[in-house]
Formats: sequence, structure tokens, C-alpha cells
Amino acid sequence: MSVFRGLVGLVALLLSSLPATARSVTDAAGRVVEIPDKVQRVLAAGPPASVLVYVLAPEKLAGWVREPKPEEKAFLLPAVRDLPVFGQLTGKGGTANMEAVLAARPDIIVDVGTVSATYASLADKVQAQTGIPYVLIDGTFARSAAMLRETGAILGVPERAEALAAYADEKLAALEKSLAAIPAEKRPSVYFGRGAEGLETGLSGSINMEILEAAGARNAAAAAGKGGLTQVSLEQVLSWKPDVILASSPKFAHAIKDDPLWRELDAVKAGRIHVAPALPFGWIDSPPGVNRLIGISWLEHTLYPEAFPAKLDEDVRTFFKLFYHVELDDAQLAGLIGRDADR
Amino acid sequence: MFLSRRPAAVLGLAGLALLALFSMMIGKYGSGPGPLFAALRQLVTGEGSDPLLATVLWNVRLPRVVAAVVVGAALAAAGATYQGLFRNPLVSPDLLGVSVGASLGAVAGIFLSLPVLAIQLAAFVGGLVAVLLVTGVGMLVRERDPVLTLVLAGIAIQALIGAGISLIKILADPYDQLPAITYWLLGSMTAVTRFDVFSILPALGIGFVPLVLLRWRMNVMTLGEEEAQTLGIDTLKTRIVLIAGATLVTAATVSITGIIGWIGLVIPHIARMLVGPDFRRLLPAAMMLGAAYLLVVDMLARSIASIEVPLGILTATVGAPFFLWLLISGKRGWS
Repeated sequence: MSVFRGLVGLVALLLSSLPATARSVTDAAGRVVEIPDKVQRVLAAGPPASVLVYVLAPEKLAGWVREPKPEEKAFLLPAVRDLPVFGQLTGKGGTANMEAVLAARPDIIVDVGTVSATYASLADKVQAQTGIPYVLIDGTFARSAAMLRETGAILGVPERAEALAAYADEKLAALEKSLAAIPAEKRPSVYFGRGAEGLETGLSGSINMEILEAAGARNAAAAAGKGGLTQVSLEQVLSWKPDVILASSPKFAHAIKDDPLWRELDAVKAGRIHVAPALPFGWIDSPPGVNRLIGISWLEHTLYPEAFPAKLDEDVRTFFKLFYHVELDDAQLAGLIGRDADR
Repeated sequence: MFLSRRPAAVLGLAGLALLALFSMMIGKYGSGPGPLFAALRQLVTGEGSDPLLATVLWNVRLPRVVAAVVVGAALAAAGATYQGLFRNPLVSPDLLGVSVGASLGAVAGIFLSLPVLAIQLAAFVGGLVAVLLVTGVGMLVRERDPVLTLVLAGIAIQALIGAGISLIKILADPYDQLPAITYWLLGSMTAVTRFDVFSILPALGIGFVPLVLLRWRMNVMTLGEEEAQTLGIDTLKTRIVLIAGATLVTAATVSITGIIGWIGLVIPHIARMLVGPDFRRLLPAAMMLGAAYLLVVDMLARSIASIEVPLGILTATVGAPFFLWLLISGKRGWS
């Protein structure tokens, strides 16, 4: 009998340790996850998840994957600038320390990105080990609005999520409509040069080029096939004859102008070299999160100045206020957009 | 070593146990004896103020400590075996491609977005297949010195496999897969669970059997090929069995921790400086030292920075200066 009583006691103990109220959500991998009714602290597993949690509920973010750089901090809420750094929970052994993760006492862990068997099983594993609910969200760019709504529901901020999702819906619908009016031959071929040398780029279908393709541009590097990031040679770039060059580094954009080889390109002659803004989160890629929504506005403005009458400044102000909780002054705005590589 | 063998072994094991206990008191969630005692009390009496504490200590910290002991001992034992077999102090368990093969298996698994368990299995199988390939090539060549042939075949096949890894790294998704691949190649125990530790025990058990049983033959093998044969030892069979054992334990450990270099190369040396080249004493000494060393390094990995520092970075930066000091201080282990 005493054994039975002991068991009853054990069961009672187990039940009492569960949160008082809980609900189930089904995540992108089809995993049914029990999450607490009130989610107060969220740990983001990777950079896209950090951005998503920050725009929806900055007060619930438990920490960063890496420390924001000083120039990035200027565009973030003071309250989150100096949050602790936890590293990345990725694959077998990321940089996140499991004990530090538990010490942060998050209610849930959120991961945004490609949903695959690797990540689903990793989520199960971490959840079994730590007892913290681990939710996977599909991070495809076209699903930006859905992503915001789903995560908003999980974090308990549906109204805010709706406001942001409405913006995303409207943005992408307007883009669709305007693009329909632009014939294929009017759409520029774009070379996106990454790094100080500008010879790293994304092939067709690479996540780094996702919004270039969404904005109707032709990725010049698609000529080299499908894939992810790759190194190319100047010879290849010259043979692709891009109409527009986007640079991730101002150094590269600057160097091009005085380089006799690059000057062969019409894009350089016409001065169509643009430095992609990257604060506080990348506008084109890095990380591939909802931060890229403002990249769409910038690309429209940069690639089709006639089709999208210039109101980029307004767009940027609105986006920063709505998503990043930041009021931009004129100097910040000019600094952000960079006014191209002449500066 | 003036002590006779047994007291030294007991002393070594006691020291290792103390170090493991100390390691249980180091971590991000709370260091010192307090959390450990609280968790133990919770375990015995079933009452505690912090339900998370039990999770941290028994699901996160304990698997790490056990894994450090097991993996450190296994890598050092494999290293000692390889160095004795090849009669060369510059040899590590990676010589015949087990680490590179395991890397290719894991990297391919990550690239194909397989579940974590399948990635581990792919690493294990990859390591075994690489060594099989190398020894297979070694068998085909009959005319030359068998040891030299093995080494050269190992170099060539490792180069091929390395090219395959680089190719996958280029093709991998830079945000999802590449970080996972990079961390895997640097080795880490942050994600080791109890299940991981249990899952490699069978392979470790099987792998250790020949290493322990063939201690005496191993000593004879270090004298050289002809001497061993005149003493009536089938050198080819012995070599194959020992390589199989050492490879099995290395592949098993690598499959759950990723690549942890340096231990298999250097710990056997340090053990040799302490107890001499007799394999019957060298093997247990190397295993204890390897376990202790990885315990210390893993404590650093989980406590020096706010994020986890990969083990591959630490094992070398902590071990290399110490090893150089040993070299300079003039102890000799190969006499």
C-alpha cells in the first residue's frame, strides 16, 4: 500500500510542477507543443528568430544570439541593447550553452527558418533535455505576414502582430500590383556583390537572393546555376553584364569606381551601384527574417525609380517606427539609406 | 613512478572521481557545491525550491561530465594504440581517416537535413568506412612496407574526403546548415544528452575489448615487425584487430561530440613520460589523463564566455603550451 501511496504522491508532485494553465500549438514541423498560457520570456534560437521576437514583443526577448554592434544598437530600443548574449542553438552543438539557456528561464524557445527533419529532431531533443517548449516557425519570405500572426498568437500579442502583418500584406500586394505593370525587359539584371571584394554572391534560389527575386529583379548570378552563396570571378561578372550592382560593403562600392576592369560594365558607367543598407538588421539578407520587408521598399525605389515614385524616406520612417519602435531623425535617415556610394 | 602499479591506479582513479565531482559544481546555472547539494537533496527527499535545478544538473551537466570522461579516455586510448602500432609518436587516431570520414558522414547528414540521430549514425558509419577504405588499399599493396603503405593511403583518402567536405560546405545553406557544419567540425559537448552517452556504450565496449586483451601483444608489436613474428605473433591479424578496436571507439565518440583534436595525439605522450612505454601501464594511464584533460577543457568551454566555446579551439590552445613546456623540460618517453 505504501508503494501505491508513494506513487500517488509522485504523480501529484509531477502535476503540481506543471504550469497552471497551458495550451497546445502545432508548429511548422507538425510538432504539437504544450506552451504556457502567458509567455513572458522568449529565447530566440537564431538571428531570424531574434528579429521576429524583437519586432513583436521586445520586452519578452531574453537575449541575443550575438551582441549587437554599436552602430546597430543606435536603432534598437534602449531596453534591449544590452541584453545578455546566448549564442546560437544550431544543429549538433551550436554556441549556446544549455545551462545558460535554462538560467535565462525562458517560457519558450522560438526558432525561425527552414523547417527540416534536422531542426525538428533538434527541437525535440532540446525540449526533452530542458523541459522548455521549443517551437519551430517557417521563415519563408512570402509567409512574412503569416509568420508574424502565428508568432504573435504564441507570444500573446495578437493586436500588434495583426498591425505588422497588415503592413506586410499591404506591402507585398502593392509590390505584386506594380510589378505586374512592368514588362520583363524593363526588369534589371542585378548583381549582388557581398564582402569587401564584392566577388561573393548568391546563386539562383539562394536564400540571400530571396527578396531580389521577390522584387522582380533578375539575379545576374543565376547564369551560374542554382545553389547558395558562392565565390565568383570578375570575368564571370563582366560576362553577365548586370544593369545594376548592389554592394553589401561600401568599400567595394567605392573601389569599383576607380577600377579599370569594373569600369567596363554599363552599370558602373551609368552609376548604378548601390550600397545595400544593413542597420539594425540586414535589408537584403543576413539574417533572412522579417527585417527584409524594408528591403523591398528600398529595392523598388532603387530598381524602378519611375514605377515607384520616390517616397522611400516616408516608407523607412514608417517601417522603423512600426517594427523597430524607433523614431528616425533626418540625419539618421540619411545615414541609413547612405545616399549611394558617393558619400 | 616509484609507486608500484596498483596504488598509482587507485590514486589516479580517486583523483579523476574528485575532478568529475568538481566538474559537477561548475556551470552557468550556478557554481559551487550549493546547487549540487540542493539537487541531491531534492533527489533524495523529493522536495526542492527550484524544479529547474534538477533539470540542469541531471539532464545537462551530468551527461556532459560523463561524456567528457568517456570521450577523453576513449580518444587517449585510441591514440596510445595507434602510436604503439605504428611505432611513431606523431600519429593520432585520425591517421587512417576516422575523423575525416566521420566528418563527411555528419556534414552530409546535415546537408541532407536528416534528423539528429541519423546525423550521428552517419558520422559513425562514415568514420568506419573511411578506415575500411584505407586498410583495404593497404591490403592490396603487397610489395611495400605495410605501415608506410597504410600511412600513405590514409593521407590520400583523407585528402579526397576533405575535398568532399569542402564541396558540401560550399553548397550548404549559409544560414541554416553552414553554422551547424562549422560547429560540428569544431567539436562540442553542449548538446550531449543522456541518450547520446548510452547510445555509444555498446560500440565503446566492443572497441575496448581488443585494446585491453591484447596489451601484451601490443608491447611485442612495438619492438618491430620481425621481432614480433619470431615470437610467434600473427602481426597482420593483431594489427587489424587493434586498428578495428581503436577505430570503433574513436568513431563512436566523434559521432556524439564532433571532432575533438589533439587529445589522441598528445595525451599518450604525456602518459608515456609519466609511466614509460609499457603498454600494460600506458593504456590505463593515458585513459585517466585523457578523461581528466577533457573534463578540465570542457569546464572551461562552458564557463569562460557567455557563449559556448567549441572544444576543438580549446583543446589545442590549452594543451599545446603545456606540451611544449614538457618537451623543453626534457623528459623522454620513447626510450
